[in-house]
Amino acid sequence: MHVYAYLVSGYLILAGSYGIVRSRHLVHAVVCLSVAQAGTYVLLISIGYQHGGATAPVFGSTTKPNTHAVDPVVQAMTLTDIVVSATVSALLLALAIQINKRQGTADPDELATLRG
Amino acid sequence: MTRLTRLLVFALGGGVVAVAFILAASGMPHFGTTHHLYRDLSVPASVQHHTANVVSAVNFDQRAVDTLGEESILIASVIGAAALLRPSEDETERLVPEQGRTLEATRLVGYVMLPVTLVLGIDVVAHGGTTPGGGFQGGVVLATGLHLLYVGGSYSALDRLRPVTSFEIADGAGAAAFALLGLLGLVSTGAFLGNFLPYGVLGQILSTGTVQVLSGIVGVEVVGGMVVLLSSFFEQELAVRPRDDD
Amino acid sequence: MSGPAELMPAMVATCVVVACVLAVAGRVLPRRVIDGLAIATMLGVTCAAVVLLRYTGEGRRYLWMGGWGPHDGVSVGIPFVADPASAGLAVLVGVLTTCALLFSWHYLDAVHGHFHALVLLFAAGTEGFAFSGDLFDLIVFFELMGGAAYALTAFHIEDETSLQGGLNFAIVNSLGAYLSLTGLALLYARVGQLGLPQLHDALAHQRADALVVTSFVLVMTGFLVKGALVPFHFWTADAEAVAPTPVCVLFSGVMVELGLYGVARVYWTVYAETIPAADIRRAFLVIGAVTAVVGAVMCLGQRHFKRLLAFSTIAHMGLFMLGFAVLTPDGLGGVAVYVLGHAGVKGVLFLLAGVLLNRYGTIDELRLFRLARDQRLVATVFFAAALALAGLPPFGTALGKSIAEDAAATAGYPWATALFVLVSAATGGAVLRFGARTFLGWGDTPAPDQLAGTRLGEAVPEEDDMPARTPATMLSAIGILLASALAVGVVPGVGRAAAHAAERLIDGKGYAGQVLAGQPPAPLLPEPAAAWTGPGIWLGLLSTLLALVVAAAGLWSGRLRWMNVADPVMRRLHRVHSGHVGDYVAWMFAGMAVLVALVGLPLV
Repeated sequence: MHVYAYLVSGYLILAGSYGIVRSRHLVHAVVCLSVAQAGTYVLLISIGYQHGGATAPVFGSTTKPNTHAVDPVVQAMTLTDIVVSATVSALLLALAIQINKRQGTADPDELATLRG
Repeated sequence: MTRLTRLLVFALGGGVVAVAFILAASGMPHFGTTHHLYRDLSVPASVQHHTANVVSAVNFDQRAVDTLGEESILIASVIGAAALLRPSEDETERLVPEQGRTLEATRLVGYVMLPVTLVLGIDVVAHGGTTPGGGFQGGVVLATGLHLLYVGGSYSALDRLRPVTSFEIADGAGAAAFALLGLLGLVSTGAFLGNFLPYGVLGQILSTGTVQVLSGIVGVEVVGGMVVLLSSFFEQELAVRPRDDD
Repeated sequence: MSGPAELMPAMVATCVVVACVLAVAGRVLPRRVIDGLAIATMLGVTCAAVVLLRYTGEGRRYLWMGGWGPHDGVSVGIPFVADPASAGLAVLVGVLTTCALLFSWHYLDAVHGHFHALVLLFAAGTEGFAFSGDLFDLIVFFELMGGAAYALTAFHIEDETSLQGGLNFAIVNSLGAYLSLTGLALLYARVGQLGLPQLHDALAHQRADALVVTSFVLVMTGFLVKGALVPFHFWTADAEAVAPTPVCVLFSGVMVELGLYGVARVYWTVYAETIPAADIRRAFLVIGAVTAVVGAVMCLGQRHFKRLLAFSTIAHMGLFMLGFAVLTPDGLGGVAVYVLGHAGVKGVLFLLAGVLLNRYGTIDELRLFRLARDQRLVATVFFAAALALAGLPPFGTALGKSIAEDAAATAGYPWATALFVLVSAATGGAVLRFGARTFLGWGDTPAPDQLAGTRLGEAVPEEDDMPARTPATMLSAIGILLASALAVGVVPGVGRAAAHAAERLIDGKGYAGQVLAGQPPAPLLPEPAAAWTGPGIWLGLLSTLLALVVAAAGLWSGRLRWMNVADPVMRRLHRVHSGHVGDYVAWMFAGMAVLVALVGLPLV
């Protein structure tokens, strides 16, 4: 199971994208985009993991500073990406709300204004 | 394209990409490997700057420019969502009437948990450099904690105690302060977003130089941004109505 | 003060600070102050970029952020690197943004300064993207560019087409960014560093195995989506047809070009010494050629002017990709000049579309038939820009085209030269056809039943209370852009500077050596062949002539082009551009599969 975690992340990304392709509701599509992003979090965090009792990269009275810790950089990257994803999702949901209001539907199959 | 065609195109494309990804995954270091080059560089650098929370050190000290970009994205999305959810030309905003009923139990829990959550949020922000947490996490706790007023009370209760303009100012001020602190570092030490404040003892709250300050600034910005964002959605749903309905 | 390299983060930070001020204080500041502050900031940033370009010269300037410099070839920090290409792009961003803000002066409904704040944040994102020397940081600034752009596209919320264009744009570009991030994660797992110089050193002379190829395809996906290359291009026509006019100037002038810049920078710095050049050349030549052809064909079939211009941008991005794909400094230098000229010309055309939209309430070719016959000044500028787009010397577009054509022919791809001529003729001809119908009243009168049709981005007037005569601020923005496009072709030394910039960009080993170890940059080739040549001028005149033929055919063929329903291929192609976001994502994955096959299979 040396690559199981990576495969899970790849599956999440693909599942999220599949959801967008087959989506029948814009809010569902936005959530699927978040699922795809969650796949990248899993990939990043699992790259940083270390077997053998590695601690979290936070030091205090119980854990003296040492390099037997999991990778802090991927955690920082994930933190950055969560914020980005949350805010972009908010923007997309705002768009979905307005589209639903203007066109009476949030089904991509029925939004037909940009053809050709 | 018909739904079937769309699915076929995706299946073909996704299939090839999946195969490539599986082959790539088999070439990656095994899950749980002990070889992490960046970690070996980052932890000593963090200790050198007396920061106990290495993730915060990476975010606010070593790779602070990423965080500058990230908090700019935050304020851009808040401004964007506010612009997108504004009342349009043919709409107007009405006063939200008191409606609905909350259970007494919910109200009690809300009012009890509100100060607890706010204190927790401030603690998470304040100890960002020394314990897990930081401006982003604490800011979200604070912002959503504030909305216990809505859950436990009503929208008007929230509205009265949450002046949106102040939070807009907090959002903008936080984002600007982050960039300004970076410029201050540039001017004083020649390093943009450099850690130019004095350090203390590792593990104490004021030990980390600019990491703590930036974390606090980001906390202020995230509180402001999240509250403004949520209020835009609330207003759109509860207050905005077509103009001829009145 | 360690010198002009400090201007790089200062530019980004200043844009962010002023954007915050405008967002917060926009409700109380008078409109003139908002406009003035935004324009003054962008002017300052442009001047700083010019100073930086001047000091960068033909070398590189770099600054490690936070004082975290490199030790023994590794680092915990992020470098910002100004070489002539990135500094030049920063100048381009500054000029285009200043002109866009000038055009929006006073009349564009700016929602209390939100518009200006978003434009400044967009500018900050583009500058950060141009300078960043760290792959994760590149993706973060890429997302900043995107975030501001999504909101700007859908700014006219009363228009449902704007909203949908914004949504398609946002979902597809965000997914592209997440896929790039996935590719970066794969690379990080192998290398353990995120900076471009460190990635170069780690991957140089390694075998290109499945991980390297997959990470290459994934990382490139985000940039290819941004760069509007087929089949990642569908969002472009949707977004640029409905975005506010000044925003379209930014999109077509610099945002999509930054996608190609991302491809070039990351390829040359990280992958060039790992993946064999022949495979990359083949892959990108295919993508470039298909994009150019699809863009040109779709462009000819449009009657909505902004969508026509959007497809023209897609076609030109295909040409730029061809110029890059020959993988020589001459090709890339020609592309750089072409990009500069194209930005000016396309900007002029979009701004004129904005003027027409406001005066007549429509930019549909058939509905505008004969309406603008009395607009002499606007017509003159329009036809000058249209001819420049077709490749008329001495505009910058023609110079860039001729250098790139020469590079393609020298590298052994004469068919690419032919594509350059034909595609620029097709897109220029489509624009000329539009102009002839609108300003000259030529062509067959449209039948009444042909006047109906979708109204993209026309539901809401962009400006309030615009006077009868076009305001001076709008005319000056148009004038600056047209003059710049001409200057790029006429001012001596532009071609040479671009060729040197291309050489620096291509030198990934030198990039890593200088930024990590302070090694001086390598000497440049003495005298690159980057100026007007006889064959170049003839080909430019040829493409202009062909453009006039194409326009005439469109005007008087008897059968109106877009009513060409008898042609099944055209109909199928138009139907594929369906406006449905699920289709776009499906095509994205199909495109990734093709790229994996083109790059990976020869290595198996």
